[in-house]
Amino acid sequence: MTTTIPRVARRRTTSRSTGRSGAAVIRPSFAWAVPATLFFVLFAVLPLVLVAVLSFTSWDGISSPEFVGVDNWKALIHDHTMIQSLWLSVVITVLGVVVQTPLSILLGVWAAGKQRNRAVLSAVYFVPLLLSATAVSVLWRALLDPNFGVPAQAKWLFGDGNLLGMQKSAIGVLVFVGAWQYTPFHTLIYQGATRAIPQVLYQAAAIDGAGTVRQFFHITLPQLRNTMITSMILMVVGGLTTFDTVLILTQGGPGTDTTISAYYMYQRAFKSFDFGGGSAIALVLVLVATIISLIVVRVSGYDKMRSTSEGL
Amino acid sequence: MRRRPNYLAGLGSLVWLFLVGLPLYVMLAATLQSQSDYSENGPLSFPKHFTFSNYSQDFHNGFGHYFLNTLLVTLAVVAIVLALVPPLSYAIVRSRGRLTGAAFRVFLLGLAIPAQAVIVPMFYVISKAGLYDNLIGVILPTAAFSMPVCALVLTGVMRDITPDLYEAMAMDGAPPWRVFFQLVLPLSKGGLSTIVVFSALQAWNGFLFPLVLTQSDSSKVVTLGLYNFQTEHGIDIPGLLAAVVLSMLPIFIVYLFARRALVQGLMGVGGK
Repeated sequence: MTTTIPRVARRRTTSRSTGRSGAAVIRPSFAWAVPATLFFVLFAVLPLVLVAVLSFTSWDGISSPEFVGVDNWKALIHDHTMIQSLWLSVVITVLGVVVQTPLSILLGVWAAGKQRNRAVLSAVYFVPLLLSATAVSVLWRALLDPNFGVPAQAKWLFGDGNLLGMQKSAIGVLVFVGAWQYTPFHTLIYQGATRAIPQVLYQAAAIDGAGTVRQFFHITLPQLRNTMITSMILMVVGGLTTFDTVLILTQGGPGTDTTISAYYMYQRAFKSFDFGGGSAIALVLVLVATIISLIVVRVSGYDKMRSTSEGL
Repeated sequence: MRRRPNYLAGLGSLVWLFLVGLPLYVMLAATLQSQSDYSENGPLSFPKHFTFSNYSQDFHNGFGHYFLNTLLVTLAVVAIVLALVPPLSYAIVRSRGRLTGAAFRVFLLGLAIPAQAVIVPMFYVISKAGLYDNLIGVILPTAAFSMPVCALVLTGVMRDITPDLYEAMAMDGAPPWRVFFQLVLPLSKGGLSTIVVFSALQAWNGFLFPLVLTQSDSSKVVTLGLYNFQTEHGIDIPGLLAAVVLSMLPIFIVYLFARRALVQGLMGVGGK
């Protein structure tokens, strides 16, 4: 016995060292990564650098950009609409997370069950995923039309029906439409994660006499912790960059009541032809998104991940 | 697992079914009746006279052409992603070089660059390159912005190929390109189909880049067509909703026949 173990161990180390010490294994060079990296740098990273440069210029989109120093930034700090737009972005994002997270966890755990009726209903639940953000916004705009939409037919529920005409209800509509569109996606994430929870845990809990509700709170929820982080981060990044919904449903209105940062940037650049000011807003957006993403990468350990089964 | 049916959950699921199903029903019902019928009966009633004229009218208004444009953009984006991302992921997984590690971090950070943030400089670059109002100008940034997720997904899949297989190929003295084509690609088919679906969806549903980088009718894609329809003839709700149905039809067909691949593609990062 005592003699066989070292021999096995030695054999293993030798086979590994031939693999590592390299005569046999030829690794791909950096050249394999060059085309993709170059393409990405050219069409994503470089524009990002350029947005910083443009934020110090005045440009109407037609003539050449002119360097104006920190004028755009000075104006931005004193711009009420900008400060309001950041606040609105935060409100819509937080409301989105608060509404979508419990919904998608409940639906995801429910859909993870193997029952036949659940499979059939889940198939219907996922249909909103097939629509683009544009299509969803156009659909709800039509459905909520005060004259030809549902509110006109259900006055007992909607009052005068002009939901997009007041700030509170307009924000409500944006959050609702966002939830309608994205909850199925997060449900899908939670469904997959729930199915990956080892059944042994539930069997052990059942032996201990834990019912469905206790199993949910003491096994399912703690096991979904990492998934919750991933899903919430996606919600935050998605929420901060909400654009299509605002453009199509409210155009930032009434007035500037729903002008969130991403929409304000578009408006400044492409509607008021103040591309320099728009760039400054864009840079603020990038900074916020980057900080969040750095936190994500740290918290979730994406960069250290070695296998797909980790971190689920 | 559970003996007792969960009535509360059943009730909740029916409420959600109602919230998801009703708008979809209203949409379909509206598209199958004339505009006057719709405004007379309201959105919640069942259509009395069925008609497909809304759909044919949409094609008459140029949607067929927008479809071709979207299809072209989608195919080109998928082609670019398929050509560039697999070698990248292979290098990330197998190369020990510092540069490759740096490249991977660039893509990880790129995950967080919102497309909204770069539309102004993108407009500048694309205009300077003479690609404004040209589908190529839409294709290039769309492909670039779907690359981080694709790289992450595919890298995850390729990491699960066991080192023994690489060593076996090394014994035969196989150069990297043979390892890539004979080992890595065949073993990452699942990941490849995920990135195809993901990038195709990004391209098919893309709105922001076409919105700021194209202008004329001849380079209009479906999503932009929807938006313009809404701003110009928003009052023709049946026609508008028919266009919405048309825009999702191809994806719906994929959903019916390749549900698994589509779901994986939709999940992108989340599904990994």
